[in-house]
Amino acid sequence: MSDDNKETAGSTGPHEQGGRRERVIGTPSPAREKALLAEDDISAPAGVGEQLDERSAKRAERIVAAFFLLAFLASVVFIAYFIGWSGRDGGMHGVTDARETNFWLGGTMALAFLAMAVGVTIWVRRLMTSKPIVQERHELAADEASRAAFNRDFLEGAQDSGITKRPLLRRTLLLAAAPLGLAPLVLLRDLGPLPEKKLRHTFWGEAVKLAQAQGKKGVRLVVDGTNRPLKVSDFATPGSMITVLPEGIEEHLPEDQVLTQVAKAVTILINVPQEQFKPAKGRENWHVNGVVAYSKVCTHVGCPAALYEQTTHHILCPCHQSTFDATDAAKVIFGPAARPLPQLPLSVEDGYIIATSDYHEPIGPSFWERG
Amino acid sequence: MKRITAWRRRPWAGYAVVLAALVAIGVVYAGFSPRTDRAEAQSTAQAAEDLKNGQKLFDKNCASCHGLNAQGTKDAQGNAIAPSLIGVGAASVDFQVSTGRMPAANPGAQVPRKTPIPTFNTSIKTDYEEKDKREAAEKQKAQAEKNLADLRAYIASLGGGPEVPPASAVDPAKGNVALGGKLFRTNCAQCHSFTGQGGALTGGKYAPPLSKSDVTPTQMYEAMLTGPQAMPVFNDTTLTPQDKQAIISYLVKTREEPNPGGNSLGRIGPVTEGLAGWLVGIGLLVLAAMWITAKKPKKLKKS
Repeated sequence: MSDDNKETAGSTGPHEQGGRRERVIGTPSPAREKALLAEDDISAPAGVGEQLDERSAKRAERIVAAFFLLAFLASVVFIAYFIGWSGRDGGMHGVTDARETNFWLGGTMALAFLAMAVGVTIWVRRLMTSKPIVQERHELAADEASRAAFNRDFLEGAQDSGITKRPLLRRTLLLAAAPLGLAPLVLLRDLGPLPEKKLRHTFWGEAVKLAQAQGKKGVRLVVDGTNRPLKVSDFATPGSMITVLPEGIEEHLPEDQVLTQVAKAVTILINVPQEQFKPAKGRENWHVNGVVAYSKVCTHVGCPAALYEQTTHHILCPCHQSTFDATDAAKVIFGPAARPLPQLPLSVEDGYIIATSDYHEPIGPSFWERG
Repeated sequence: MKRITAWRRRPWAGYAVVLAALVAIGVVYAGFSPRTDRAEAQSTAQAAEDLKNGQKLFDKNCASCHGLNAQGTKDAQGNAIAPSLIGVGAASVDFQVSTGRMPAANPGAQVPRKTPIPTFNTSIKTDYEEKDKREAAEKQKAQAEKNLADLRAYIASLGGGPEVPPASAVDPAKGNVALGGKLFRTNCAQCHSFTGQGGALTGGKYAPPLSKSDVTPTQMYEAMLTGPQAMPVFNDTTLTPQDKQAIISYLVKTREEPNPGGNSLGRIGPVTEGLAGWLVGIGLLVLAAMWITAKKPKKLKKS
């Protein structure tokens, strides 16, 4: 292919004048609408692709043949390796030889296919002319006579079946077809039951009720992972943070419910220095000396918002950088979240930190019927 | 005087001087070696001297920001430049100084980990082949350890605070790795990533990686206990020493897990490179297909 370019310089043909026009960068393309290349960019004159240079064709032929031979050899090596080597030391394609056999089998097969493809490509590009071919297409519509014959046959059949004459058959047939048509609607049921009130409550509510049934004020907070109930004195260091759950969540729930309920009830307990803490209106007694609990589920799309910085008192969500202010009822101060993190009402009983009710609003991201 | 001059000329005088020098070095070294810690603690006079050394080190390295009485300083607008060190405890000092974060080079969003200054660098190389080089390094290390201990004692004397954990409390071989993994994922992974690769926070702050071996178990324990910089505190009554040891075990054990490497998105493996390679490869294949099917104008036969 290389000497093709050299010839261009010396040849004196019509294609010298019609040669490639130099295009200045930044000027609009000479190409017309819809055409990728400008028409006068084709360097060869009409009819030129119909002839082949015999000498270069001969050379290309040998190159293609060489590639085909290479493909042949690679296939032979593949078969020989498959039969002769991969099954050695007993056992066909043993696990221990897997890497080696993969390398040789895959390599020779890839080489065979590749060499064949390269050969065919060179064949097409160097040994075939690119003269325009006209392909005849007949009209798609059937001719008048066949259409008339079909109409006649159809009406004859309909007449013979008596579908207009026997209304009982016609109506029962339609009746039989109707439920089948409606059947796909039933598949909607498989999308699952409606969520009902499940999105509005967490296990904190049930846990508080269970505790109050035993005559207590509320449910204790336990450390997620160790199930250790936390005393006020345990959590007295300013700047502390820990993930907590309602006590007994694993015992009170069936096993298949535990993960779902833990994911909803998960809460971060933070010790904000009391002088910096600004309780929200109506929530003045929801904290214990600055110890405050917020839902760990971000109100944007429900990621665990728990990157608490004790210097700035920001709670950051790692997914979309929603930032909440722990000192100010978890108000959104940055990011896409629309609502503050729900706050859990806390109190003290026997020295332990307790929750006195469920979250007063649905936790997590917004949903359609939330209101 | 005359006698000494006469002795100097004796043939064995050179050997005697070398021997005396060696004995002197040995005595001085023994005075600094950690083995004598117990003896020092028993002597109150020695303790007072150590405290004085600690104060001297504080005045030299820390007081410019934290104030001469470690009370912390504020700028003209009343924003804190450096916090008060009264009551931060020995654990905090040990963490900040042994990780090189303090003394800080310059104020910023976050003080980065760096090689500690020579006065406090307890992790210098001592395994030299040459004896005198090795001895000098060992001596320097012992001095750094003493400096750090004195500084810790001085800050602790100002107002108590958490102690440096004993070696048995941070031994990663004794922790419950499964429990540690659970606690790490619920309380630490949001910032440090689930295998401790670290991550970004707000305003230029970041959670440092814990996956490199220069983060020692003691430093991890101290970080949880004291909550350095933006990190929250996990005191011993919230996460018990056993829980902390479990977390340390998890972090140390994950270092031993095979790491597939690459631009790994926290040890997932070379996924990002794979995606880029896939896109580039598909692009190249499309170009190759276009080249194969492109109409190539043939040239005229040579006449």
